[in-house]
Amino acid sequence: MPLEPFERVVARYGPAVLRVCTAVVGPVDAEDAWSETFLAALRAYPRLEPGSNVEAWLVTIARRKAIDVHRARSRAPLPVEELPLPPASGTEDDGRSLREALKTLPDKQRRAIAYHHLAGLPYAEVAVILGNSEAAARRAAADGMKTLRALHQAGDLP
Amino acid sequence: MNEPLGGSWNAGRHPAPHTPLDAGGAAEPAVLERLHARLVNAAAQEHLLDIAYRIVDTPIGPLLLAASEQGLLRVAYAREGHDAVLEKLAARISPRILLAPARLDRAASELEEYFARRRTHFDLPLDFRLAKGFRREVLNHLPDIGYGQKASYAAVAAAAGSPRAVRAVGTACATNPLPVVLPCHRVVRSDGTAGGYVGGPDAKRALLELEAAA
Repeated sequence: MPLEPFERVVARYGPAVLRVCTAVVGPVDAEDAWSETFLAALRAYPRLEPGSNVEAWLVTIARRKAIDVHRARSRAPLPVEELPLPPASGTEDDGRSLREALKTLPDKQRRAIAYHHLAGLPYAEVAVILGNSEAAARRAAADGMKTLRALHQAGDLP
Repeated sequence: MNEPLGGSWNAGRHPAPHTPLDAGGAAEPAVLERLHARLVNAAAQEHLLDIAYRIVDTPIGPLLLAASEQGLLRVAYAREGHDAVLEKLAARISPRILLAPARLDRAASELEEYFARRRTHFDLPLDFRLAKGFRREVLNHLPDIGYGQKASYAAVAAAAGSPRAVRAVGTACATNPLPVVLPCHRVVRSDGTAGGYVGGPDAKRALLELEAAA
């Protein structure tokens, strides 16, 4: 099957790529990372092997671009070491505090959660991106979720 | 708005799970719309936008307009299947295709003027890449048939330098990649009946009536 029009790729995977970018660098830098990702993908697209896993390909580019964007802003190295203060109140900060909490997880756990729970990739594809096995990807996500749940129960998350 | 591709932002194979981590989804469509516009601009600037397209509403139904950097490449009726037309463009020219209306602003406004009877010929850069050989020769002669005029398939064959290639003229018209703009609707049977048309007989009749009434 030949490559489909790139517009369809953007429509189908744009939301997942945005979630991955947001999970890795936060909502502000995520837009730069998203833009860099799809521009790079558009450039390389005609050379993509037809029948490739487009989603995993995009997520791989997105992860690299998100890290590039983050480095260019020369902020604290990923992942963030300290836990943010819990938000004072309300639901507006929920997403941000969750993202901040995500950043405190070890790299593989954070990525496994981002790709599986936010981007919707099955564990087999998460494993391809992480370079480990399906079982290891599943375990990393589960361990990360356990930490997040513990934080949540301790009242550090809304 | 008519959008042939990716109607839903969440049409992926894997449904987006609603875990507690899936926060902040409400603002997403507006953000994605803004990001799409930004991608289109960057792609055009870096000469990565091989084909831009948009859909315009006309009295003869929605028309897909697609343009390369060289010029207008394709005009397609809904009955041709806009999705299918874009897929063929991806396979034949380039898959670097985005919904990017700006490149087609001039074509859209000229068409609007034409349908409002304020324009009798099109003045647009055209990309003839989708037509080869004799078919292209035929297309080159179509603008010679003036607004409101008609010519027979035989007369067009003669004008294209092959008086006996009447059938080939019919094929060239039926596969015209730029209908309306290259007026194959003005090519009719020798007995005066309209004959076939890529946009269907109703569209052909409507175009001939539009031009006759002017």
